Amino acid sequence: MIQKQSQRRGSFPQRAAITAAAWGIGLMAGAGVLAQTPQAYQVEQGEIRAALADAGDPVRGRAVVLSRESGNCFLCHAFPDADGAPPGNLGPEMSGVGARMNAGQLRLRVVDSARVNAQSIMPAYYRIEGLNRVAAAYRGKPLLSAQQVEDVVAYLAQLK
Amino acid sequence: MSLRRLSLGLFAALVAGTAVAQTAVRPAPLKSGIEFTGAEVRALQNDEFANPAMLWVLRGTALWTQPAGKDNRSCASCHGDATTGMKSVATHYPQIDKSSGSLINLEGRIQQCRERRQNASPLKYESEELLGLTAFVRMQSRGMPLAISIDGPARAYFERGRDFYYKRVGQMNLACAHCHQDNWGKKLGPEIISQGHGNPYPGYRLEWQTMGSLHRRFRSCLSGVRAEMLPQGAPEYLDLELYLAWRSGNLPVETPGVRR
Ligand code: HEC
Ligand code: HEC
Ligand code: HEC
Repeated sequence: MIQKQSQRRGSFPQRAAITAAAWGIGLMAGAGVLAQTPQAYQVEQGEIRAALADAGDPVRGRAVVLSRESGNCFLCHAFPDADGAPPGNLGPEMSGVGARMNAGQLRLRVVDSARVNAQSIMPAYYRIEGLNRVAAAYRGKPLLSAQQVEDVVAYLAQLK
Repeated sequence: MSLRRLSLGLFAALVAGTAVAQTAVRPAPLKSGIEFTGAEVRALQNDEFANPAMLWVLRGTALWTQPAGKDNRSCASCHGDATTGMKSVATHYPQIDKSSGSLINLEGRIQQCRERRQNASPLKYESEELLGLTAFVRMQSRGMPLAISIDGPARAYFERGRDFYYKRVGQMNLACAHCHQDNWGKKLGPEIISQGHGNPYPGYRLEWQTMGSLHRRFRSCLSGVRAEMLPQGAPEYLDLELYLAWRSGNLPVETPGVRR
């Protein structure tokens, strides 16, 4: 039983350790993408209407959402097509989210959820200000690149 | 008001929001982390022969009677039989150390005896020896309710620990309280979030495949939210340990615990 349990790779901190290592490698290989400082954007009536990068690709977006190294969204949300990755339930289920919200609303949610709900526990994926004690490897870097945000938004938008 | 002013205002409110003093609260009802694990983990923890942490306790038992340092004295030379000499001692830690006036945890107290009373070299925080001795000493309080004092000079440490507990940290911008106070019982990925008590430590985590200190567990959670980690034994971690011990109310010491 010990053997079986300890081989389970699902637990959060172990996964986090793996994540940290993978990010480290990713940084060296593609530092340009990840080190980018978030660009300015405009919030209008609860939306970011203008895209932050090229048109998003839902297939890439799904990969980001389910990836331990980048989005890790399933830590808190269940997705309808998640391939059995065991989801958390700190946040609402994502099925139908593309019908509930338009692209601009989804974009603001992902970019900086605190702009929608100041108490939100959902991390701001495209913000670097107002954070404390960030580990050196991630300091000054947003969780996602502008293109990854667009990809995620494109993926969420088609969950109808 | 322009959109830009509006959003700047919101941001300022957010930043200010993190500075509001928090009131210390205990989760209700209090539940030890063992209640959130499966039956197999519970069985392991409760079975003296199957509990993998007992290996470290055995090591601590041996160290207790092993002479060390210049004067060749063992812990037992002064404290005698640990089952009586160390009974319930761990329920009062962390506490204010009278000699220095600052906060000390059980690991720190053991180190102090090793250095001052045995004249022996200090042990590394996460060493097998210190884990073993700490687990052995804490086990003499197994099943006894924690009884922490936060009065007098301990108060300032307690308040710092509480502030740490409620402070958002890391790239994921989460505080301990977001998971262990506001969302215990919910799932983070496949993992059920417990109330985050320190009562089973030092303990064996299956995910670590070894024994670890409470401070090692702090580092795991902080690395999970991509926050800076401090070395085990850091003053901030002592503050946090005191806050946690208070927050655990009268939960019993479970050392040597087993967790996923
Ligand atoms: C730490 C937990 C956590 C993580 C990680 C997280 N979220 Fe969330 N999310 C929440 C919570 C909680 C809410 C509910 C609204 C609130 O409290 O802000 C939410 C709300 C949302 C909403 C609005 C849904 C609705 O129906 O209103 C969307 C869209 C969303 N999240 C997408 C994502 C995406 C995409 C990711 C990954 C890039 C992600 N979330 C990661 C916790 C999280
Ligand atoms: C030379 C005698 C001596 C030796 C050897 C010694 N101690 Fe102590 N220890 C004391 C004295 C005296 C105190 C109480 C006074 C104080 O606070 O320092 C104490 C206090 C303690 C306490 C705190 C008790 C409480 O009620 O809070 C612990 C725990 C402890 N020792 C553990 C150990 C361990 C473990 C060892 C072996 C590594 C050890 N001691 C070796 C003399 C000794
Ligand atoms: C994103 C959510 C999250 C945050 C934030 C978080 N933890 Fe944890 N913590 C977990 C998970 C998941 C576990 C493993 C399951 C469990 O035992 O609760 C855990 C375990 C623990 C445990 C072990 C409990 C036991 O019974 O073995 C302690 C103690 C703990 N956390 C303290 C903290 C402290 C202190 C902080 C803040 C510095 C913190 N955690 C921040 C999710 C979190």
